[in-house]
Order: sequence, then structure tokens, then C-alpha cells
Amino acid sequence: MIIGERKPLKEIMEMVAECDNVIVAGCGTCVAVCLAGGEKQVRVIASALRLARKLRGKPIKVTEITVERQCEKEFIEEIKTLIPNHDAIISLACGIGVQTLTQHYPHTITYPGLNTTFMGAPAQHGVWMETCRSCGDCILDLTGGLCPIARCSKSLLNGPCGGSKNEKCEVNQDIDCVWQLIYKRLKQLNKLHLMREIMPARARGEKDNGFPRKIIREDAML
Amino acid sequence: MKITDFFDKNTFVLSSEIEPPKGTDIEKFINTAESLKNKVHFFNVTDQQGAVMHAGSLTGCTILKNKNMEPIFQLACRDRNRIALQSDLLSAAISGLENVLIITGDHPHLGDHPDARAVFDLDSVQLLQAASKLMEGTDMAGNNLNKAPSFCLGAAVNPGADNLDLELIKVEKKVRAGAKFFQTQAVFDPERFNDFMDRMKEFNTPVMAGIVILKSSKMARFMNEKIAGINVPEEIIKRMEKTEDKKNESVEIAASIIRNIRSRCQGIHFMPLGWDNLVPHILEKAGLTI
Repeated sequence: MIIGERKPLKEIMEMVAECDNVIVAGCGTCVAVCLAGGEKQVRVIASALRLARKLRGKPIKVTEITVERQCEKEFIEEIKTLIPNHDAIISLACGIGVQTLTQHYPHTITYPGLNTTFMGAPAQHGVWMETCRSCGDCILDLTGGLCPIARCSKSLLNGPCGGSKNEKCEVNQDIDCVWQLIYKRLKQLNKLHLMREIMPARARGEKDNGFPRKIIREDAML
Repeated sequence: MKITDFFDKNTFVLSSEIEPPKGTDIEKFINTAESLKNKVHFFNVTDQQGAVMHAGSLTGCTILKNKNMEPIFQLACRDRNRIALQSDLLSAAISGLENVLIITGDHPHLGDHPDARAVFDLDSVQLLQAASKLMEGTDMAGNNLNKAPSFCLGAAVNPGADNLDLELIKVEKKVRAGAKFFQTQAVFDPERFNDFMDRMKEFNTPVMAGIVILKSSKMARFMNEKIAGINVPEEIIKRMEKTEDKKNESVEIAASIIRNIRSRCQGIHFMPLGWDNLVPHILEKAGLTI
């Protein structure tokens, strides 16, 4: 899922400094699961905003709403009637939610209330880990199901660099060296021969080269 | 001259690392090289070592080449994409450079520009492949070159790696990708190095053992804690702690390590880290001349 982290209140306050009434819009999917942008967080940030602005002598009216998924226009239709009465929307969705709101409600500004950080999974309660970089050319079949693109700090394809120490990354001792994990996993699977193959330089082409990607599935089009 | 020409003649090869300046004054760089000119065969010119920004290896190598010293062009994958890396290899060949050491490079986060973007478009195995392909007359995309470069390619290996099996899988790939010699991470434990050399036999590729000149016990402990594959034995740390003449003790330690391992490897690669003036003393104590 997409993992996000709430922006500091100070930053959000600055964005809406000139606004008198705003919507704080949560998203019920990924960012709700990672406790950054769901219904509860909407309540927290709305209360904090109201309180902070009251203390500054410039009260603000905050409307709270959470939709199932901000990335789909069918779901954001729900807030259509609220838009004309507000100066701005603070979206607690990932960047995709912010942009979907921007696209559909172009006359009202949508501010990001989160920093969208990565695609990952919960490692334990309260700890999320990046596990995929959406590179567009999955090689998990060759690496025992562990991604070196996302989980090696240098995204190396042919084994660890010389910096791995005690099975940890040279960048940070909290990061597991994914190549040590891949080695163990392939050994366990009796597939170490996969590691002996030289993985060619990545063909980034249109898949992973900075320009916006698009998937067209004519069979799914209406 | 290619480093393999020396190995082929069974010459015990000596090289020393040298760092281009951080700035545009090259006087110290040249003086350091001149002081070792007839003491070592090759100068390995570092490429933004430790991800700390310096003048480039290519320029450093060219300066030495023009002064009749033989450089090894160090090329790290960290800062350039495949276009720039191949271009630098062609430029190196045009400048008459024949020896290239291909390394991954430390992550920018560890250097003096921690916010720099890490490139790593190619890894060290892929860059060795790309360089080999250039030597066959085409670039990575298969386009023809008007003249192919001719290099002797080298790579790095860590005898003290956590997982030697894994390290040797990578060595095997590097050899298949075109590595003709190896330089190692610092060796402090001759016994461990000998075990490593036993396992390197199957690759039949010359190995130059890395020698780091110890400056203090503090440095040794720091390396043990922070640097992958370095294990300075407690006995050596104690010697550095007790001595009143650190430089002399450091020379003794390095010379004794060299004496212990020289029959097992094909050369020594010094990493003096600023104490370049000690290299001749170490060589003398170890009984090595060129």
C-alpha cells in the first residue's frame, strides 16, 4: 500500500493562513491503514487547526469528511456540494488524492496534508517499510521475492556492494542488506544458481525513466 | 603500460592510492606522486573517495601520465549514468590511460554532499561488461565506435566480507564481466587473507592485497566498527595504543603484514590516507623494490 506521513501542523497552518473555512478530507484506504490520513486523523488535525487558529485570534471553520478513496472520481463526488462554501481543501490522502481533487475541483485549491513517502508494508505495529519502487519491471522471481531495487540503497542487481557490514547497509545500520537476505532466501530455496547469473543493466526505457507512465487496457475501457 | 603485462612477467606489482585535490591547486598531488615515482609501479587515482567531492580521477590520471607515471583510473558507478561512464572510458583511452579500476562507490549519504542524488545506473558488474563491450568496438546500445579502446580492467574484492560465499559469487561475475585483476579491502589478518586466497585460486586472476596505513588505535577501532570487512586484530590495536612513535609502529605493522602475505598474492596496493611519505619506509622494511 501507499504509505504517508502527516505534514507538521505548522506547515499546514501556513498553507491555510489566509483561509476562513476549509475542508479536511481524509481517505479511507492506504493512508487510513498507515494511520496518517483516515477518519481519526481528520478529526485530530481539524481540532488542532481550530484550536491553534482560535489561540491566534483568527478562528477557522473546518469541515471534516472522509471518503473511501480519493483517487477515484466516483468517491470524491460525495464532497461536491461542500466545495462552493469553502476556501480550500486539505487532503489527507496521498499525492494521487490531492491531484484527483485538484483535477475535479479546479476552482478550489487543494493542499497536501501528508507527505506521500513510499510503497510498502507494515513490518510491525507502527513500523512501515518500503518494499517496492514501482519500477515497472518486476524481478522478484529472480531474487527470492525480495526487491533489490527498493531495498538496496544502491539498487544493485548483481549482489551486495562492499559496504555491507554485519548484514546491514552501509547507509544505516537499521537497514538490512537485502542482498544478504536474497542470498539466504535463494540458498533456502536451493536456487543459488539464480544469483550466479549476471543481471543485465536495467532497460528503463518508458518504464522507469522519469516520465509519467500510463497503462491502457482496451478490454477494460467503457 | 597495462598492469597485466607486469603480472604476466611475474612481477610483484606495487600501487598506491592517490587522491586528487579538493580545489584546483595540484602541487601537493604532484609532489606526493613524484615522491613515490620510483617506489611503486602504479598510482590508483581515486574517484570521489568516500563520496567526498574532489577533482576528477580522469584529470588526475592524465596529469600523472604526462609526467611518465602510470595511473590506474578509478571509476565509480555512484555519480554517473551509463552515457557518462562510457564517455569517461573513451576519454580515458584517448588520454592514453590503459588501466581502470571499476567500483560501485560509497553511497553519497556517507560523503560531504549527503543530499546528492545517487545514480548507480549500472553496478560494478554491469560497468565491467560495458567496458568490455567498448573494447570489442561497440557501446552498450550496440552502436559502433570509430576505434575501440584497449583497457586492463580491475575490480575490488573484500577478503573480510561477512559472507565470503556471497562475495565470491560476485567475484565470479566480475571475472566473467572482464575483470583481469583485483584489489582488496585492507588486510590486517594474514591468516584470514590466506584462507581467502585459497578460495580465489579458482579464478586464476591476480590479486593485489590492500594495505591501509594505521594512524592510531582509535582509527583501528573506528574501522572495526564502521568499515565493512575490516578486522584489525586486538593485538595490533594494543601495539598502536602503547607506542610512543605511532608512525614507526605503523610502518612496522604494515611491513610485517606484507611479509606474511606476499607469497600468497601478486601485489600490494597501499591506501596511505595522507601518510604517503611512509610508503617508502614500509617498502624498505618489507624488502620490496621495483
